[in-house]
Amino acid sequence: MKRVYVNEQWCLGCHLCEYNCAFANSGARDMVEALKGRPIFPRIRVEGADAVTYAVSCRHCADPLCVKGCISGALHLENGAVCIDRDKCVGCLTCVLLCPYGAVQPGPDGAAMKCELCLHNSCGAPACAAGCPNGAIVYEERGETA
Amino acid sequence: MKRYVIIGGSIAGVSCVEGIRSVDPDGEITLVTAEAVSNYGRPLISYYLEGKTDTTHMSWRGADFYERNRVTVLHETQAVSVDAQGHTVSLDSGATLAYDALCVCTGSAPACPKFEGLETAPHRQFFTTLTDAKALEQTVTKQTRVLIIGAGFIGLKCAEGLRDRAGSVTVCDLADHAMSASLDADSASILERHLAKNGVRLLLGNTVERFDGGTAHMKNGETVEFDVLVIAVGVRPETALFAAAGGTAGRGIPVDGHLKTTLPDIWAAGDCTESFDLSAGSPGVLAVLPMAALQGECAGVNMAGGSKTFDTGMKLNSIGFFGLHIMSAGTYTDLVYSETTETGCKKLFARDGVLTGFILAGNVARAGIYTALIRERTPLDTIDFEAISRDPTLLPLGRAYRTQKLGGAV
Repeated sequence: MKRVYVNEQWCLGCHLCEYNCAFANSGARDMVEALKGRPIFPRIRVEGADAVTYAVSCRHCADPLCVKGCISGALHLENGAVCIDRDKCVGCLTCVLLCPYGAVQPGPDGAAMKCELCLHNSCGAPACAAGCPNGAIVYEERGETA
Repeated sequence: MKRYVIIGGSIAGVSCVEGIRSVDPDGEITLVTAEAVSNYGRPLISYYLEGKTDTTHMSWRGADFYERNRVTVLHETQAVSVDAQGHTVSLDSGATLAYDALCVCTGSAPACPKFEGLETAPHRQFFTTLTDAKALEQTVTKQTRVLIIGAGFIGLKCAEGLRDRAGSVTVCDLADHAMSASLDADSASILERHLAKNGVRLLLGNTVERFDGGTAHMKNGETVEFDVLVIAVGVRPETALFAAAGGTAGRGIPVDGHLKTTLPDIWAAGDCTESFDLSAGSPGVLAVLPMAALQGECAGVNMAGGSKTFDTGMKLNSIGFFGLHIMSAGTYTDLVYSETTETGCKKLFARDGVLTGFILAGNVARAGIYTALIRERTPLDTIDFEAISRDPTLLPLGRAYRTQKLGGAV
């Protein structure tokens, strides 16, 4: 299955992925209107210091602990992608406690929020990868491991 | 065709169905549950009272789960005995179910210590099922004074769920701090201040000496007037059915790494079990929802002839009270990192070079990175432990780890 992969050596640390993600999931038509002067809630996050930066988002694990441990059943699999029904989520953040990568976080309303590969928004494919200026974030098939 | 019987319709039972179906699409599955509604996360009941969820959203794996997985469900049915040699389960309806593989997911039952005059209390109940939550929903009004015995997870979540519905909520506990089973004094005091600020009255180091109708005479001589009493002093693994079938139960039903019990063709999963706790290095009753899910699935796979091992068990909890998030995991051994402020704290515990447990209050971002250190038994001398103690990110774990996890399928 296609996932978002990160080529750390190409990451410029520009944080554009965070803005593209927040915009893609805002439902707004205009990026400035969606993001300017507002706190943003991206589902991808650039970590690291000057010399080393990289972006982290949901790995869509083959055996996702967050889905197993979700107390409400909000987190679920859709054809291998880990998705969240935010209406079911009660904001207990057990997923935050279980995710080994720190890739789930609460949204502005307290319910958990995570990368759904832009499958549920108007992009249809990850906006972070599409907008990465240096090819550090890609959306592709890299084979499954056991 | 193989015949599977599952006793219990909560998370372990439902996950057991998923485990079986991942291996065997055809076998006959019968699930027996005492509840009228099953397939919901028990921890949701306080959120139900709070109005953060409702019965249409509570279904854990969807309303069509049993149908999709071709499961015969017997609701409001009690398994009364198991004939381990004859491979049958007798039900309170008088019927008998034959099985080739049985999974005992009987969960836990609320404990009820003896209190003098308890029977005179006007309304008294437990708080572990949706039925319990509905009873409170019907009984509690803006005039109701609620007294909760037990300041653990169940008692305090009940207090949060009732705060806006009730006239007053008082919680007492014999322990000198809140959630004494999983928090230390520092993290508990942050929680206690937050609860008090949000209108929950706590009486700690104190408990009820005797009841006289709606009056609770406390140990310290104080009296508390109440209309509704909730007993939340803890839960005990439900092992009676297994023991009566000839199994030897300890604190819970002992299971091996495949969730197999000592009786032939009988597996067990969830709160009723005693299984290996990776963080302690010894068996324990893990009794938290994520472990029930992992165990149930593992048992199901093995029952159906597949092979799956459960070897990463530990107690862990993520809980919020009026916006304050608290997380804890594993076993508290040697304190190796501590950070405490007015509104938050972090405690990390390690032994023999690996992280064994932690407590976080307030800032809980990316806590799962710590949980993974425990689960993977990552040698702390191979990572930048000082940096990861301050801020859990993937940076201190090194480039090789990141390349593997962010650059490959996991």
